[in-house]
Order: sequence, then C-alpha cells, then structure tokens
Amino acid sequence: MAITVKKIEFRRKLTFLERIWLPEILRGLWITNRHFVVNLSLHILNAVGIKTRRKGAVTIQYPEQHRGYHWRLRTAHYLTRREGGGPRCVGCMMCETICPAKCIYIVAKEHPDPETEKQAASFTIDMGKCVYCGLCVEACPEDAIRMDSGHLEISCYSRQEMMYPIDRLLATEHDPAPYKDYKRFLQE
Amino acid sequence: MFPDMLPEILIDTAKAGAVLTGVLSFGGLLTWVERKQSALMQDRIGANRADILGFRLLGLFHIMTDGLKMFMKEEFIPRTEHRALFVLAPFIAWTFALLGFAVIPFSPTITVLGAGFSLQIANPEIGILYVFAMMGMTVYGVVLGGWSSNNNYALLGSMRATAQMISYEVALAAAAVGPLLVYNSLNMQQIVLWQGGYFQGWLPLWGIVVQPLAFLIFLTAGTAETKRIPFDLPEGESEIIGFQLEYSSMRFGAFMFTDFVEKILIACLATTLFLGGWQVPWLSDSGLAFGGASVLPLAAWLVWALRAAAFAVKVCIVIYVLMLVRWTLPRFRYDQLMHLGWKFLLPLAFANIIVTAIVLAVLNL
Ligand code: SF4
Ligand code: SF4
Repeated sequence: MAITVKKIEFRRKLTFLERIWLPEILRGLWITNRHFVVNLSLHILNAVGIKTRRKGAVTIQYPEQHRGYHWRLRTAHYLTRREGGGPRCVGCMMCETICPAKCIYIVAKEHPDPETEKQAASFTIDMGKCVYCGLCVEACPEDAIRMDSGHLEISCYSRQEMMYPIDRLLATEHDPAPYKDYKRFLQE
Repeated sequence: MFPDMLPEILIDTAKAGAVLTGVLSFGGLLTWVERKQSALMQDRIGANRADILGFRLLGLFHIMTDGLKMFMKEEFIPRTEHRALFVLAPFIAWTFALLGFAVIPFSPTITVLGAGFSLQIANPEIGILYVFAMMGMTVYGVVLGGWSSNNNYALLGSMRATAQMISYEVALAAAAVGPLLVYNSLNMQQIVLWQGGYFQGWLPLWGIVVQPLAFLIFLTAGTAETKRIPFDLPEGESEIIGFQLEYSSMRFGAFMFTDFVEKILIACLATTLFLGGWQVPWLSDSGLAFGGASVLPLAAWLVWALRAAAFAVKVCIVIYVLMLVRWTLPRFRYDQLMHLGWKFLLPLAFANIIVTAIVLAVLNL
C-alpha cells in the first residue's frame, strides 16, 4: 500500500462578502444591538410593573437570591442524633481514617451505656481543609455524619472559626429549604 | 489694552471651564454606560452593588466608588531615574486629549448683547489641524509612561502602542483630507456651516453623505488611535502586558480616563466632520424649513438650543456605536492590526482623496 498524504482542510474558504468583513461586522453589531434593545425594553416593562414572559437578564442576585441546590450537593457536615437525643456517633474513627484531607479530629471515650461501646469526646472538622469529597459520610457505619445541611456559605474571618466543634455539628440539622427550588430550576 | 480684553478672557475662561466640566463628567458617566450597556447586551444586570443609604440608582454610584477606590489604592513608583516623567506621563496624555476640545464647535454662533457667542472656546482657521496635533501629542504620554517605568515589558508595551497610534494617525488624517477638500476649509465652524446645504433640496449634505468611505475609515482609524477594542492591544487589560504595567492608583486611573476622553474627542470630531456638527436637518436659522419653504418659524435662541442639543445627541450616537463595536468584535492580532492600517486603510484613504480631488476638479467646485 502506498503511503498517501491526506490533506485535511479545516478552514472553510471565506466568501467574498466575508472577506471584506464589513457585512459580517454589521451582522454582529446587529445581534448585540438587538440584545441591548430587547433587554432594555424588558427591563423597562418590568420596572413599570408589566410582567413579561422573559426577564431582561438571567442573573441570579446571589446573596439575596439563591439558586436551588441539587439534592446530591454536598454541603456542610452535621452529626445526627439517636432517638434518645444522644449523638449517633460511636467514635469508631472510620471517617477520620478515610478522610483524604485529614481534617477530622476525634477523641473517643467510653460510653456510659454498656450497650454502646464508645462515644466521641470531641469531634472537630476543619472546614478549611475539607475537600467535600463525602467519603466520611460513605464510611460511617452508624449514619452519624451527613452532608446535606443545605449550608454552603462556610467562609469566615479566621482559621479558628473554620474548626467546627462537636456542639456545632450536633446543633445543625438538615434544612430542606435551599433544595426546594431545585425542581423548578430543572424545568426552567 | 488689558481691560478691554478682560470680558473676553472671562467669557473664554468660563467656556473652557464649562467644556472641561462637561467632558470630564461625561467621561465619568461613560464608565457607567459602558458597564450597563455591555451587561444588557450579554443578558446580565451589571454593576449595581454600590449604594448610598440603600439607594442603588441603577449602579450610578459605582462611578464615585471607582474614583474613590483609585485614590485610596497604594501608589507605587518604581525605582527609576525618570521619576518626574513617570509621574507626569499620564497627565501629559490627559492634558493633550483635553486640549483637543478647545476648537470643537459645540454650538453655532448666536448674537447675545451685540456680540457673537458660541460654545466653542477658540475658532482658529486651522481648527482641525490643531485637533490632530493635540491627538498626536497624546502618544507622548504613552511613550514616556512605558519608557520611564524602567521595566522592559512596559517599554515593549509602549513601543507597540506607539507604533499602533502613529500608524493609525496617518490613516485618520488621510481619511479627514477627503471631506476637507470638499468643505474647502480647515475652520471647524466653516466645516459645519458647509454641511447645512441640501442635495436636491431635501437630503442634508452631511459629510457621511458626501464621503461615506472616509467616514468608515475615520471611525476605524479613530477607534485604533484611541486604543479601543478591537484595537486595544496597547492595554490588553490582563492578557498582554501594556505600557501601564507599573502604574497604580490614580495615575493608572488617569490613563484609563484619557481613553474615555479621547473617545469623546473622536466622537466629537466624527460628528463635526461627517455628521453635520450642530446642524439639524431641515432646521434653518429662522425655523423648520423643508424644500425651501418655511414650515414652522422658531425663535433664534430655540434654534440655537436645538442645534447645541443636536451636537450632543450625535456625539452620544457615535459613542454608542463605538461601544457597540467594542462589545461585538474580538481583538485583532498585532500583525493583522498593522496589515489593516498600512495595507488597507491607508491606500483606501489615499484613493478616496484622489477620487475626491478628481471629481471636484471635473465638477469645477
Ligand atoms: S468530606 Fe472528605 S475531606 Fe471532608 S471531612 Fe469528609 S472525608 Fe474528610
Ligand atoms: S461519625 Fe461515623 S465514622 Fe465517624 S467516628 Fe462517628 S460513627 Fe465512626
């Protein structure tokens, strides 16, 4: 078989009108100008109180307005409780062991109830180090740690505040509100 | 001698102050317009966070916060032997850009208390040449800024900017020669007065009608000359290092602002040369007139005000188009830029001059 060279022409040959730019530039200007005029009209209509099917902008004004979270989104951790009210965590260290960021610090102690082996004396997650991989949730045999609090705004002013102690983790609960809008956004 | 000239000097100073204030505030407003316009074009909302007591006013306060931010930023001056030049450079560019406005005819002349008055600071016979001279001088700001920064990248950036500005200066001036041949005058008011004529009694004989090609070349070269997108390689805000590399705080702000001032200047020039200046179609000195017949007589001051407003409106339209171009076209590559300037625009401008001259000679105008 003879070696052949196949020439691949990636570029379409430009037509004369495209090569002199001007018509194409005018077309581009027309498009941007159309967007401007249409959006401006929509904004004005909305401002005077007339509802339009489409809004003038797709912007979500973030701190005031939230986009619905996906139900699988991993948000800040929290520790669940048993029926009796005590923490579910049995201090087995599974999560600390699997954590790739090494950001869970657990000190276990004897549990007063002989049925339960241990409990966590202290349970701290360094949210500044966490990579939100969710492996701790997977690893937990007791379903004691979860990541569906719906709390995503974790930033703060000092490293110390990033250390979430056990009280804080136990005080947090699943908040369904941010997830509620998810379906709506899927449809839009 | 001197007391006789005093009122004149006072009036001219007041006019200069008015034009200066007007141009600077308009330039400030343009920063807002540019943001909001681009936002609308891209289906966004645009800057709207700065507020005073909860009032956001469509983000208008961002103009103030921007200025404030510029002033409060750290001022950095690199170790350089040319400290004075480094400090001066932005203001050289700024000053010359502003000086160009001295001969722009913002309004026609009106007789007030027996003396002619027009919103034009000076009306020399060589008006248009003066503007080109001042625009040429703004290159110095760029060159000195890059050179005195004592930074090789800033120097390279300024060389690029200079080459571009000088190249397009040629095309810009060449594009203006065509209409100037037609108008047969360099005086700004004369140029505008000429454009008050009509073709066949109804079509206003504006520069854009007489010299459409020159208008296109002028706008293109003007955009390049003022370093606007798609010709903004000298700045290349974050990707290509430009001549402003070592500038910070308000000195950088001055460079930025010079751009806006230059843009207004180019828009004013385009209006004067090609869009009939302060002429309003079918508005004569005595009122609205169509095809030679007077339709609606208007007071002299009203006509004057209408014409001054027309100039402002035309400038706004040109600026809108320039900004539209800015948010539509991608940036040119440097070789494409030079190619366009020297091999395309300049020959075209010369061809325009020659054809215009031949036509004028044949028509014996
Ligand atoms: S989400 Fe991943 S990184 Fe964060 S604490 Fe759990 S295991 Fe560690
Ligand atoms: S949270 Fe779960 S995995 Fe981690 S120590 Fe407690 S019980 Fe074990």
